Amino acid sequence: MTRSKKVGQQTFMFSRPLPIIGTATVVGKKEGEGPLGEYFDQVVTDPLFGEKSWEKAESKMVRTAIQLAMQKVNLAYGDLDFMFGGDLLNQIIASNFAARDVPVPFYGLFGACSTYTEALSLAGITLDGGFAARVLVTASSHYQTAERQYRFPTELGVQRKPTAQWTVTGAAATIIGEGGSGAALTCTTVGKVVDMGIKDVNDMGSAMAPAAVATIKQHFEDTGRGPDYYDVIATGDLGSLGKALAQEMLAEAGYDLSKNYTDCGVLIFRPDQDVHSGGSGCGCSATVFSGYFYSGLLSGQYSKVLLVSTGALLSPTSYQQGESIPCIAHAVAVEKV
Amino acid sequence: MEYLLAFLVGGAICAVGQLLMDLTPLTPAHVLVLFVSLGAFLSGLGIYEKLVKIGGAGATIPLTGFGYSLVSGVFEEIDAKGAVGILSGVFKNTSMGIAAAIFFGFLMALFFNPKE
Amino acid sequence: MGAQDPNLDKKLYYWRVQQKKPRPPVIRNTLLAFTVGGLICVLGQAVLAFFQSLGMTAKEAAGPTASVMVFLGAFFTGLGWYDELGKFAGAGSVVPITGFANSIVSPAIEFKREGFVLGLGARMFSVAGPVLVYGTVTAVVVGIIYWLTKL
Repeated sequence: MTRSKKVGQQTFMFSRPLPIIGTATVVGKKEGEGPLGEYFDQVVTDPLFGEKSWEKAESKMVRTAIQLAMQKVNLAYGDLDFMFGGDLLNQIIASNFAARDVPVPFYGLFGACSTYTEALSLAGITLDGGFAARVLVTASSHYQTAERQYRFPTELGVQRKPTAQWTVTGAAATIIGEGGSGAALTCTTVGKVVDMGIKDVNDMGSAMAPAAVATIKQHFEDTGRGPDYYDVIATGDLGSLGKALAQEMLAEAGYDLSKNYTDCGVLIFRPDQDVHSGGSGCGCSATVFSGYFYSGLLSGQYSKVLLVSTGALLSPTSYQQGESIPCIAHAVAVEKV
Repeated sequence: MEYLLAFLVGGAICAVGQLLMDLTPLTPAHVLVLFVSLGAFLSGLGIYEKLVKIGGAGATIPLTGFGYSLVSGVFEEIDAKGAVGILSGVFKNTSMGIAAAIFFGFLMALFFNPKE
Repeated sequence: MGAQDPNLDKKLYYWRVQQKKPRPPVIRNTLLAFTVGGLICVLGQAVLAFFQSLGMTAKEAAGPTASVMVFLGAFFTGLGWYDELGKFAGAGSVVPITGFANSIVSPAIEFKREGFVLGLGARMFSVAGPVLVYGTVTAVVVGIIYWLTKL
């Protein structure tokens, strides 16, 4: 009888730290010009990335991130047992089409902007369960592909609301497992879908904040840890409004996050980059973690990071039919080893 | 003087549109639909005609003016031909604008690609 | 979120969001919409005056004026300038007929990549279509009433 790895309601403690072997990030021009620009491996100034459509460009970003990551850690496709990846597009075409060129068993995921930690979480469970030695995780988003799918054509002259967020153009690839060192996944708290009735599609931060709060609270309850256990707790893409809401609700629940809480969507852009409430998209937490937090863990700036990517699980059909926005957040703890 | 009136009337109509977009949950698409219907409705009551006399292009260039053109064509045709005018008049005064929008729209799509 | 009535939780959360939500700068936006919208109409007035100077009546000049304005809206959309104008002018560039042209050209340009028939052709009126639908329906209903009152 093996000891259960589940602690509390929704948290799974890995029996050993699962080291990250390497990461790579490809981002767009705006992200490259942002405060974290220097942490990204490749900045692509052309939103088409030399392709014929934005969707193809996003897919190429995923492919490029995978290739860069493999080169950095000197691995071949044969060394990988699984690929977990997803994006925001209908039928997750950016990831599916990138996987055409990646001869590795592939699970395509959709968790909206929570996809990156959804994939990390599954990667951790697969590795710890002994089903794989090395796993590749990807997530991507692209401003133009997301705009045209969820909102309006990009050339339509409409004003954005102050609560609107700017979809990050970027892809990240993270390889976890045997042979890694430096930083490792130690546990994951898998989120449940939370819907607090928000319907405003121009205000994703408010819709997603309760999901982030639920997962973070559950993580503390399950593990017995408090906010002080971590050097930094980062939500995925709540933006400035969602971040303020999440912090306030956690404070009311007795968790003071004022010292070490941040949001990837707030970090990735400067307020003067015309992004309103901040960045969003699968690529947001994926590139910020793989670029910025991972290098911080390696350099010793951070030793314990809790990443909580947040996803709004709506579709254009659901909001046109008047549905509120169901949201989810998955947490992954990454610690220096 | 007519330029000043066009500026004031046209500006005021756009300002109402902005207030609707900022203070209500209406999207720009909803505001446009509302304005064209409102323009048609007010034209039916004979009110918009007066605004056109005062504001000139200030009243005809905003989308409410498109509603006015739809209805004025219908009324002209009804006066001339009776009941058939209810349908035949709809695009009488608007055909040029719509045809221009479709043709130029196609032309632009042919020559341009979306910018960043 | 607690064991209380979930609808109460949702209501409370809605109010929490409303209190924290940043408001759009309404006065600034309205002034900009007024100014830009007014200037577009002044341009329209100048075009109208030009056609009148060719000997057309105001009524005859209306169609050509609309066409010129539609062309300008379409052209600046093609150049990628109209959405930049829209960012700060808001309704000032949406409500004039140039904005109607923008709403036709922007999907046409963007969906060209999905083909000329099912992309460009089918999507051209994705935003402007409702305007034609409800404009036409209102005009026909108003026309029926007008016809009935004349009987």
